[in-house]
Amino acid sequence: MDMAYLIETVVKIVVIMLIFSALAGLGTYFERKVLAFMQRRLGPMSVGPYGLLQVAADGIKLFTKEDIIPQNVVAPIFKFAPVITAATAFMAAAAIPFWPQFTVFGYTVHPIVADTEIGLLYVLAVMAIGLYGLLLGGMASANKFSLISAARTAAIFISYEVVTGLSLLAPIMIVGSLSLIDFNNYQAGGVSHWLVWTQPVAFILFWIAAFAETGRTPFHLIANDHEIIDGFGTEYSGMRWGLFFIGEYANMFFISFVIALVFLGGFGDGGLGGALALIAKVSFFFFFFLWTRAAWPDVRPDQLMWLCWKVLMPLAVVNVVVTGLVMMF
Amino acid sequence: MSNIEQFKNRNVSEEYFLVDIEDYPTDGWGKFKRVVKRTFQGELFVGLWVVLREMIKFDIHTVQYPKEKMPIGPRYRAVHEMKRLWESGTERCIGCGLCEKICISDCIRMETKIDENSRKEVSEYSINLGRCIFCGYCAEVCPELAITHGGRYENASEQRAHFVMYEDMLTPIDMLKAGQQQEFEGFGAITPHEDERVKKTPLAY
Repeated sequence: MDMAYLIETVVKIVVIMLIFSALAGLGTYFERKVLAFMQRRLGPMSVGPYGLLQVAADGIKLFTKEDIIPQNVVAPIFKFAPVITAATAFMAAAAIPFWPQFTVFGYTVHPIVADTEIGLLYVLAVMAIGLYGLLLGGMASANKFSLISAARTAAIFISYEVVTGLSLLAPIMIVGSLSLIDFNNYQAGGVSHWLVWTQPVAFILFWIAAFAETGRTPFHLIANDHEIIDGFGTEYSGMRWGLFFIGEYANMFFISFVIALVFLGGFGDGGLGGALALIAKVSFFFFFFLWTRAAWPDVRPDQLMWLCWKVLMPLAVVNVVVTGLVMMF
Repeated sequence: MSNIEQFKNRNVSEEYFLVDIEDYPTDGWGKFKRVVKRTFQGELFVGLWVVLREMIKFDIHTVQYPKEKMPIGPRYRAVHEMKRLWESGTERCIGCGLCEKICISDCIRMETKIDENSRKEVSEYSINLGRCIFCGYCAEVCPELAITHGGRYENASEQRAHFVMYEDMLTPIDMLKAGQQQEFEGFGAITPHEDERVKKTPLAY
């Protein structure tokens, strides 16, 4: 391992961390604005022009707030749990190509930290580990609502891992690789080569499961404000709570990247147009997360389990079998 | 329709109708059919369209409060005001003490004395706004339309005393001269066209 590679990787990690931490903050701003507009409100308006500096104000507040460790909590686990959520969210970014490779001052940059052979598997695995942040945080807080949330987290994540895994299995069979770069190159021929046309069921299933994986609104049972306060976050304050939040929003961005790369052609042939198209696709998926939050009600936990085990999982299995049969003959 | 029937009829409008609700399916096939029907009905997309339409129309209803304010009704009961007579500019309050008497939360306190012209003069008048429930009885009972409610609802302050002094509630004399004194239209106020309704006291007894 030569020094240049090491430095380049560290620089890439730092850049990705900085960009997506900032994007997670901006994501909260966009969420509040979009939800407000859809509900005929204005959203944040007071801090800065059109409330743009609200993100900074929130950041200052979160960083300077007292870090409360309540009585009766399991302190070491309570303190460590938010780190797991934020860390796993950013670790998942390692195998995601955010941009086609480009050349700066004669130096070719690959905007992916680690182009491993098992990229997709790694992303799914690390995102699944994110469950432990919420689970441990909920269980370590001496709070019944946190405990309910922890139980729901475990149930939902484990159930929907099945759907994500099975729904991605069919595209993986077609492409024959787990690297997201290979996925992108497979679809580089243009819109007609996108996997969404050959795997529409897998696309829909993975998209639905993405809502459960990130805990967004139709499946927002993990921290359902109107029934279990803030779930795992009830006892948290200050930056520890903020880490949960950054993890959630970073996850939303990363899973949007994964959907766009796997099913919608990613950055295409690698030109500037393809790169901008990738950003447009990711923006649409992120916007859709906010859009559904304004439009759709939450489902009950039992309905969510019903949807997973009785509808989505059988559909995913059938999809895999049909894909296999089509590929065989 | 018989005479009593028309009073039993609770239908406010003829347009009311009972919503057609299908029976819940009991067997598995019926449940399956319901799931399929609901899945492909596209109701979720109706919801998405409705919120997107509102976003595109951008018909914002927010009032940015400290910068913009909604108009309030003339009968709004906020912090009290003491009025002056239009002609002479003297205070309308005659010190009768009715407001003090009727106040159900016991927050009005007044002291009166006989002045050098042998007129009753109010020497001390205060309202404890920490106790006041803004019921409007004082304004209703006042025979001179002297104490009324105003429209000043922003009564957050560092000290309660900032609102209770008689001088603060009294219409400033320059405002009166400029004709800016607002009459209260709530309880106890003169209704419009009161003059036309006044009749001579019948004296034939």
